[in-house]
Amino acid sequence: MEFFEDWGLTLAIFLPLVGVGIMMAVPKSEESLHKWIALGTSLVVAAIGVVLLFSFDYGRADELQWNVTVDWIDVISTQYAIGVDGISLPLLMLTFLITPLVIIYSWNHFPEPHNPKAFLILILVLHSGMIGTFLARDLVLFFVFFEVVLLPMFFMIAVWGGEDRKYASLKFFLYTLFGSALMLVSFLALFFLAGGETFSIVGLAEAVRENDVSRTAQLWVFGGMYLGFGIKVPIFPFHTWLPDAHTQAPTQGSVILAAVLLKLGTYGFVRIAIPILPEAAVAWAPWIGLMAVIGIIYGALGCLAQTDMKRLIAFSSVAHMGYVMLGIATLTDWGLNAAVFGMVAHGLITGMLFFVAGSVKERYHTLEIKRLGGLLVQAPRMGWILGFISMASLGLPGLAGFWGEFPAILAAYNPANGLPIGVFRGYMVVAAIGTVLAAGYLLWLLQRTAMGNPSEEFASDPHITDTNTEEWLAWSPLLVLILLFGLVPGLIFNTTDPAVDAQLSECLTVETDNKANFDVGLCENEGIDVALANLGATVETAEGE
Amino acid sequence: MYSAILAQVVPFDRPTIDWHAVAPELILLGFGALLTTMDAVFLEKGRKYTSALAGIALLAPLIPIVTLALDGNDRFLFNGAYVVDNFALVMKAFFLLTGYIVVLLSTNYIAEGDYWENEYYGLLVSSILGMVVMSSARDLITIFVALELLSIPAYLMATWRKRDLKSNEAGLKYYLMGVFASAIFLYGMSLLYGVAGSTILSEIGEVVNQGESTSVASLAIVFVIAGFAFKVSAVPFHTWAPDTYEGAPTPVTAFLAVASKAAGFVALVQLIFVGFWGRPEVYEPLVWVLAAASMTIGNLIALRQTNMVRLMAYSGVASAGYIMAPLAVAGTSAGVADEALRAVVTYLVIYAVMNLGVFGVILALARKTKSAEISSFAGAFQYAPGLTVAMTIFLMALAGIPPLGGWWAKFVVFRALVNADTVLGYTLATIAAINSVVALYYYLNVLRTMWADEAPDGNLIPVRVPFSLQAALGLTAVATLVFGILPGLVNTVSDVTLLVGG
Repeated sequence: MEFFEDWGLTLAIFLPLVGVGIMMAVPKSEESLHKWIALGTSLVVAAIGVVLLFSFDYGRADELQWNVTVDWIDVISTQYAIGVDGISLPLLMLTFLITPLVIIYSWNHFPEPHNPKAFLILILVLHSGMIGTFLARDLVLFFVFFEVVLLPMFFMIAVWGGEDRKYASLKFFLYTLFGSALMLVSFLALFFLAGGETFSIVGLAEAVRENDVSRTAQLWVFGGMYLGFGIKVPIFPFHTWLPDAHTQAPTQGSVILAAVLLKLGTYGFVRIAIPILPEAAVAWAPWIGLMAVIGIIYGALGCLAQTDMKRLIAFSSVAHMGYVMLGIATLTDWGLNAAVFGMVAHGLITGMLFFVAGSVKERYHTLEIKRLGGLLVQAPRMGWILGFISMASLGLPGLAGFWGEFPAILAAYNPANGLPIGVFRGYMVVAAIGTVLAAGYLLWLLQRTAMGNPSEEFASDPHITDTNTEEWLAWSPLLVLILLFGLVPGLIFNTTDPAVDAQLSECLTVETDNKANFDVGLCENEGIDVALANLGATVETAEGE
Repeated sequence: MYSAILAQVVPFDRPTIDWHAVAPELILLGFGALLTTMDAVFLEKGRKYTSALAGIALLAPLIPIVTLALDGNDRFLFNGAYVVDNFALVMKAFFLLTGYIVVLLSTNYIAEGDYWENEYYGLLVSSILGMVVMSSARDLITIFVALELLSIPAYLMATWRKRDLKSNEAGLKYYLMGVFASAIFLYGMSLLYGVAGSTILSEIGEVVNQGESTSVASLAIVFVIAGFAFKVSAVPFHTWAPDTYEGAPTPVTAFLAVASKAAGFVALVQLIFVGFWGRPEVYEPLVWVLAAASMTIGNLIALRQTNMVRLMAYSGVASAGYIMAPLAVAGTSAGVADEALRAVVTYLVIYAVMNLGVFGVILALARKTKSAEISSFAGAFQYAPGLTVAMTIFLMALAGIPPLGGWWAKFVVFRALVNADTVLGYTLATIAAINSVVALYYYLNVLRTMWADEAPDGNLIPVRVPFSLQAALGLTAVATLVFGILPGLVNTVSDVTLLVGG
């Protein structure tokens, strides 16, 4: 076990790269060998995840576990510092899970121009970058992994994407890079403002407090991070790259993009921006909240206007990430827990939606909603799966989507002290309207694609078959988890809550004039456990009726 | 009668020469002479050994450089006109290794292209000798001699394809612009001598920094910096670069883009840090404008290029802006100056590796496509996946995507700028950050063509890459990756302090 505690996470980060090395040496024509190497690598990494899951000390979820710290670049005191706590654990597990599923799904579904070797190599590089980002405890290391993710995704869209792939891939890359360039400048500014001694996240948070970094400087630095993380999320108005990227990306790319990549942005807020710059976070929160609710409504209206199924799902991502950002903007225990839950739930559900969209596209060769229809007739199982995840996505209680949205909305009722309560209550109302719209567009989608009779052009198409083996293999873990987390949300909340508490209490107890009462403010918020118990009761009654 | 005249002459004291300190230059000189004689003696029979000999010529001087580095003492020759310190040693090793990679890139190109080989390598070695001398030059005359020694062979090499009109144009433009720049530099130099009464940089520094004869000294500083802005192809003195790069043989272009540009920076750094350091009010705004304009204009024009070599020329202009940027804040304090110097050296080292790599891939692909048009590289991923991945590594490194080398180069530049904590520093850092996105666009365009487009005419015959080119690509690719993942390695090399003048 000690071996794992020292090396397990490092192995998880670099094993995919070892797999890449082996695959590079294997000739391109050995396609099935490539598939097995890629799958094997991702499964070994997932196995490390399972070990981590069972040996993680949930009683100490607020502390970093399995951490490793090695000096990396001495001149700027950067360290190779990794570790996992209650906030990163669920997201890490999501990453460990999604990649092997994507590889299984790909088995016989490689998009044009085929070439499994290159495709799988890109997925593994991506895997390594995503794991690294969730584990990094040092800003430079974080930045490096954050960027590693870009290139493979760019090539995946540019080479294996749809018709407009060139435009979409470039847009994706440029948007994200623009954000991360400014993010890097803010990281550097932070480093020097805080005394120029450390890049470690915890160290910086302390240094910012001790060095009395001016409020203006904090606001600017937070602004840089806001752009960097916000574009990745994406927050309105930086979301325009997302529908294009999602629509053009191959199914596998869309799934990874939706399930994991978008979370890198929100994770950055929770992990880096808020704990290090609490004062600026308070100042920015109302604006973040505003952008979040605009995103919710705008995304939902965007969905209603779409004619393409994949594009619709992409816009729904904008709306869902709006809830996550709203949760974060409240700066409360509740809000942040909901945000982390929302990230996982969105990863599972939207990932699943993209899987189904990909399979529909493969059968019908189109995703134009008005040409589809009657999925329940032609492929009943797939139709029911689509129904199930649409329900999950619109936030039906008892499924995972609910626990991301509902507590976030609730948290906006009573935001952290120092935030304008009236404004946030306004946001709450708007966000609640958003759920209605969400139900609208998802049911509408379901109605037009799954129900009714198949249109004439596809009615007797022999290619339209029901869910096949690879699809079942790749989908069932996600479906099970959507249900499981919906019924037992505590599985995630209990892990994240201590870590969120630690994150907030460390950062929001800063003694400055306008925030002397923060401590109290947070304590006044009901603990999530109590609240959960209450909510659980509500759900049970609701189901009982 | 003669004795009377001779008696008036100050007796000539033979300066004591530290032979160890000048050993690298002498070895290089010896090999250069050997290369030329070999041609005269063996004629055609010697041809196939020349490139190997040139390679040895460039690696052999590394031995005294290592012993000098182990010895660790700063050595001053000729009253401080010639200094061998850490900075000089690092830059000498840099020029020699860069030259070695250029030889690797040239081997097949020159051998197969019916060009004169002995002369080519002879000129290359003498140009590098000029750069090696430049690294130690802390005196106006020495700098000028080194500048001419490195430039004149380069003019000739640019016209190496002498039956090609473009190559002639390249050489002529380069020559005329270069001579013009030399003249400007000479004029500034004469003013400096007039102000300080000495050609030794440290002595000039003492006078100039006291603020005497302000206007003349300021004018001199402007002229001298402008003179070298030509050499490093900074906007608005960049106009020769694209045509010269396009017309010159590709290995020569690589040489000009990397080594020759670095030599310009070495001179600039020595002049600013030793000579003008106390006059930031003159050089800081000037360098700031040059840096900001080079980055922005270089990148914007690069967006429109359809030829890979021209694109690299403009991206080189933009890079010159990045390398210059730390100099724009160097005068803030001694600490910032140290950091700026390290940033320049680090950037030069990493930039050289990435850029040589790009030219290596262009050379390899052009063996098949016979063109450097970006569109001719379409579909390279299908027939040359290795080269495509290599190109991806180099271009993304240039764009500054971690964990490839370039991110660290950009990082140190940002660090120096932000660390200065001045308005000028922050604005330049922001301009640099925005520019890295612009640069990414055109690099990505190239990669997109290579990865995603169909090969012209569906021609999927693989490219045969000769061994020396493979070696060059392997070395540069590994270095690009290693510098990015373990930047500490570059740091041990670039850990030089403020230059000593003598």
